[in-house]
Amino acid sequence: MEIDPFIFRLSIFILSIFIGYYVVWSVTPSLHTPLMSVTNAISSVIIVGAIIAGLAGSTDNVFTISNILGFLAISLAAINIFGGFLVTQRMLQMYKKKKKDK
Amino acid sequence: MSANLSAIFYLVSGVLFILALRGLSSPETSRQGNFFGILGMVIAITVTFLSVGSISSGLVYVLIFLLVGGLIGAFIAYKIPMTAMPELVAGFHSLVGLSAVFVAISAFLNPEAFNLGVPGDIKLASLIEMSIGAVVGAITFSGSIIAFLKLQGIMSGSPITFKGQHFLNALLLISILILTYLLCSSQSSNFFWILIAVSFLIGFLLIIPIGGADMPVVISMLNSYSGWAAAGIGFTLENTALIITGALVGSSGAILSYIMCKGMNRSFFNVILGGFGATEQSASTGNKEQRPVKSGNAEDAAFLMKNASSVIIVPGYGMAVAQAQHALREMVDTLKKNDIKVTYAIHPVAGRMPGHMNVLLAEANVPYDEVFELEEINNDFANADVAFVIGANDVTNPVAKTDPQSPIYGMPVLDVEKCKSVLFVKRSLSPGYAGIDNELFYKDNTLMLFADAKKMTEDITKNL
Repeated sequence: MEIDPFIFRLSIFILSIFIGYYVVWSVTPSLHTPLMSVTNAISSVIIVGAIIAGLAGSTDNVFTISNILGFLAISLAAINIFGGFLVTQRMLQMYKKKKKDK
Repeated sequence: MSANLSAIFYLVSGVLFILALRGLSSPETSRQGNFFGILGMVIAITVTFLSVGSISSGLVYVLIFLLVGGLIGAFIAYKIPMTAMPELVAGFHSLVGLSAVFVAISAFLNPEAFNLGVPGDIKLASLIEMSIGAVVGAITFSGSIIAFLKLQGIMSGSPITFKGQHFLNALLLISILILTYLLCSSQSSNFFWILIAVSFLIGFLLIIPIGGADMPVVISMLNSYSGWAAAGIGFTLENTALIITGALVGSSGAILSYIMCKGMNRSFFNVILGGFGATEQSASTGNKEQRPVKSGNAEDAAFLMKNASSVIIVPGYGMAVAQAQHALREMVDTLKKNDIKVTYAIHPVAGRMPGHMNVLLAEANVPYDEVFELEEINNDFANADVAFVIGANDVTNPVAKTDPQSPIYGMPVLDVEKCKSVLFVKRSLSPGYAGIDNELFYKDNTLMLFADAKKMTEDITKNL
């Protein structure tokens, strides 16, 4: 009997939860805010679904409701991707070690 | 691009996202981690464009919307002040939630594009997966909007509770299950719309009873939800990158919620059910008799600090409100010039989101190796000369250790009272968020400095 591909995806999902668990526990508490902003940015990889939705359908009509929702979702996710990564970058630039002067 | 090849690339971007989070284990590797994250995102987006077989003329609109969103995002990222980070993150969560809803609806209306069947005959598993994505996405959206409004101060931060609230929420949650079942058995779009509407309502109802100082838990929780929503959509789209990311973000948010709850010694359900302070007996109103406090001015504070050899700074949400982090840093610089050892002590729930204080101090150029977490520094208070409490309150209240009747009993607190002297910057004697008096105010070794945090810090610097 063949295994349903769903089971493979479920396996990936479950194992990723465990990876997430161990990786996140090792994040230093002082970087918890950047952690939130970067998780925000990466969860916007949902944009791949939005792009598929936006590009779907026939050439003569690109403004079905399904397409339009795709376009809107692309914008929302793009705000998050650019905003999330850039603001994380901005925050991380500020974390500096003590200067070894004197 | 073949389906197998693109699946491999999605896996690569999933791995890069794992590395992005891994990088955050220390500030040195964090910037590299962020770069991995960006790389993963670029790969995922590029592969998606390449794998869509026939490019319709919708491409130009896709690019326009992508660009517009990107510009807005970049603009926000550069303009936002660091003190507004909690609002920003809450706002961003709402966008993830809403785009999950949009993608789910789009997949429901046009299942052929996603290989899920035809309208009216969508594969059962896909239907369940997109329902989960839509429901969790909708809850994330409306919940985050409320969190955003509360953090922004547009909506009152105090809990809004009404009779039968929990009953109503339970009823709505059950109705979600029933609606999902009806949707799967009938394939009728009407049930799908009702399902989404009910989910929006639940998100709204879940967050309104939660008060301002519980926001660290709420934001973490919504972070987790946005991950699960993404994972739900990931299953629908059969996309590995999305499934991996969803699981990572989901567990990340869950862990942060756990850490925040532990920092307040409250169970997760206690926070979610809401109404802290409103349901507890208002302990402060019972004994209202005026007790004597010692209050001083900037000169007194400067005198105490000048004669100290070590000072511990305890920042809290009040510092963020007063935007006092830069003034604080200047004061510390002056202290250091006088060879006084200065460190910072940060309680896990200080501020309005996890790590909020660390970011503000980093913004003010405080080196991160002078900033310590509760467990690392709590034993040092006994050896320190001065504790400078700026904008924190409940997290320093010794009652949490001594009075089993207190609503905050058992919460881990900073042992500020063990210092030789305590300087407490506060605008008035009003109780903190938990609605209880801080015993610290009345200790012999406490000097209250009644003023705006920023102004007081500047005045102290002048007097040093």
